[in-house]
Order: sequence, then structure tokens, then C-alpha cells
Amino acid sequence: MSGHDHGDDGVSRRKVLECMTWAGTGVLWTVTGGVPRSLGIIDSAQAATAAVPGMSFLQISDSHVGFDKPANPNALGTLEEAVGKINAMPAKPSFMIHTGDITHLSKAAEFDNAERIISQSKLDVHYVPGEHDFLDEEVKFYRERYGRGTKGQGWYSFDAGGVHFIGLVNVVDLKAGGLGNLGAEQLAWLQDDLRGKSKSTPIVLFAHIPLWTVYPEWGWGTEDGGRALEQVKGFGSVTVLNGHIHQVMQKVEGNVTFHTARSTAFPQPAPGAAPSPGPMKVEDTKLRSMLGVASINFKQNEQRLAIIDTPLQG
Amino acid sequence: MKTLNRRDFGVDLGLALAAAILLPATKARADDMDIHIDNFVFQPAELKIKTGTTVTWTNRDDIPHTIVSVGKFRSKTLDTDDKFSFTFINAGDYKYFCSLHPHMTGMIKVE
Ligand SMILES: [Cu+2]
Repeated sequence: MSGHDHGDDGVSRRKVLECMTWAGTGVLWTVTGGVPRSLGIIDSAQAATAAVPGMSFLQISDSHVGFDKPANPNALGTLEEAVGKINAMPAKPSFMIHTGDITHLSKAAEFDNAERIISQSKLDVHYVPGEHDFLDEEVKFYRERYGRGTKGQGWYSFDAGGVHFIGLVNVVDLKAGGLGNLGAEQLAWLQDDLRGKSKSTPIVLFAHIPLWTVYPEWGWGTEDGGRALEQVKGFGSVTVLNGHIHQVMQKVEGNVTFHTARSTAFPQPAPGAAPSPGPMKVEDTKLRSMLGVASINFKQNEQRLAIIDTPLQG
Repeated sequence: MKTLNRRDFGVDLGLALAAAILLPATKARADDMDIHIDNFVFQPAELKIKTGTTVTWTNRDDIPHTIVSVGKFRSKTLDTDDKFSFTFINAGDYKYFCSLHPHMTGMIKVE
């Protein structure tokens, strides 16, 4: 596992614990009604989950299974560490969402490997594709595996814990010079999907590329994301979850909270902090402090939204 | 960086037209051109070439990229160190981009 043989016999228990501390996972969110609340990574989430009744779910992102470059020669290994951490949670989340880039090159074996590891969480997983999941010639591996029951290129919605979840696809039909793209067909579907919904229904939108403009110089944003946000801004509680940028970034705008999750594979630099958004090579001992998962808590009658992320390793 | 070392060709329209007809598709020519992708940038971002020139792109990033000129040509996904070549038979402006990272754009001017 990523060069750390902590599964082997003869490794001290202390060493095992050290590894566990910086093994990364995702963001855990809890839902008890009106407002989503992120409880950070699993360790800090555990106590809170026990204290807060209601539904919780987990977000992981950007697993890039198949990536083997110096920034992390074993992306499958760190994904496995993340799943191990999820399995160690005392309170099981209701389900998991994966915000894309499951694989690195959309190869059949990469999808197989990802599935083999992620399924060990024994959680229902709701996926949206990242651009790295649509690289096969016929763009069929993702859709055959995860696209059943979805519309268009893979968008869909479902309800859980009183919350309406909407998975969007913004990685197809990208235009030269542009950003992520939802397209007219998907926006029309979204409008239809929201029609008749009570404005008090909490909404969670999730997609791979941020729906808000994080840093257009690196393509970190969605061209027509504003048109999706326009449609949900009348709702009392809206949470927008993304991956793609491999770092935690968040903002609150009115009733809308934006949040991006860490990758389980490799970190990327802060906007403009490097010549490119490419994989960031950090010291091996620091890598896991820059990977993670997110947990989400929806807390009833709580108007204030708190999102706290903690890395795999403090 | 060896991206700019073959730009010393002269512009000769008569010669260019002849080349378009006589071009041996497989043989590398002296004025064939290289473009590298480093840090999500096509280098050079703009290239002026004669018809018949073959341009070869090499991805030197740790992230895959593509080379797409809508309606003209489209590479497969290029992993690290993968290459894509295209021979420009017809004159014109060829705008192209990376379909994965559409903010990456380039231009080939063929005369
Ligand atoms: Cu690209």
C-alpha cells in the first residue's frame, strides 16, 4: 500500500497506528433535515455523528485509479486506505457519493480495480463522471457501469433523508477556451426535476468540476454553472459538492454552500500557486495530509452551515 | 526545451504547393515541427508552417491531454510522453484545443 507495508507481519502496532492516522478518506456529511453539515474526516466526524441524529453520507473524489506518477505512485493504494478508514467508522454513513475521476485513463482494468476497492465499503455509491472517466474511444465504460437509470450523459436525481440529491455531468462537450459545461439538455432536465419541489426541500447538487468559478485560468469552473445555480437559489438550503481541484475550497453565498473535496490520489496546487494545475509532488511524509474524504451532516432546524474538513493526516 | 529550433524555413508559396502534391506521407521532412505540452501549455502556442508539414505533439505532463481541431483532426488521449502527428495538406488556420482542459488552446497557420 503506497510503499507503506503496514499490513505486513512484523510491523509494530505503533507504526500501524501512525499509518492509520494519515490514511485518507473523504468528507462525511450528516443530514438531519434542513441544513447540511460537514463533519470533516472520519476521526473528528465520529464523535459528532454519534451525537447528531439523522442521516449522514460520505463524499470521496478523484481516485484516479491507474495514476502511477511520482506525485503518488500508488493511487489504488491510497484509495484502499480511504476505504479502510470508512470501514472503521463506528457509525456507518447511509451512502457515499463519488464526484468523479474514478479512473485516470478510463481503462476497463482501472474501473475494475476501483470497483473492487470501493465496493469493500459496502455502501451504496452514487457517481458522477470526471473527464478522466470519459476517455475510452466509445465512452462506454463509465456509462455501462454507472449510467443505468441516468439521463443524457449520466445525470440523475434521488431523495434521501428528506434531501433531494442531484448528480450533474459537466465534463462533456467542452468548448475550446471554455470551462466545464452542462449544456441546454441537462439544464432543461434540471428545471423539470425541480418543478413542484417545495422550497424548503434541502438540495444537494454534485458534479465533478466546480459549478462556481474557482479559477478560470485553469479551467476551474463551469461555463453555464450559473444557470443551474439560478434554478436552485430560491430553495432554503442548497449544498454544492465538487471534486476536480484536489483540495478543499468552500464559500457560502446566501443559502448556497459550495464545497470541493480532496482527492484520494494526489494533491494539486492552490490556484495560481504553480505553473499548472498538474499533480503536485510533495514529500512522502506529507502526501496523506493532502488527501482526504468529506463527511456531510444535515442537521434539522439548524440555519447555520458549518463545513469542516480535516485531512487524512493532521 | 527544444520547441523552437526548427523555425528557420522560408516562405515560398510555389514550393509549398509542390510539397502538397508530392508529399511522401511517411517520411519525416526537414521542416517537420514539434510541439510540446508542458504544464498544460502548448509550446509554441502558435506555429506558421507550409503545406505538407507534419506537426508532432508530445505530452510531457503527468496528466493526459488531447489535441482536437473541430472538424479537422482529433487525437486519442495522450498519456505522459505519448505523441500525436498530423500532416497539414491544406492551407488555412487550424485552431485546436485540449478537449479535457479546454483552456489549453493553440493555432497552426498553414500557408
Ligand atoms: Cu488537457
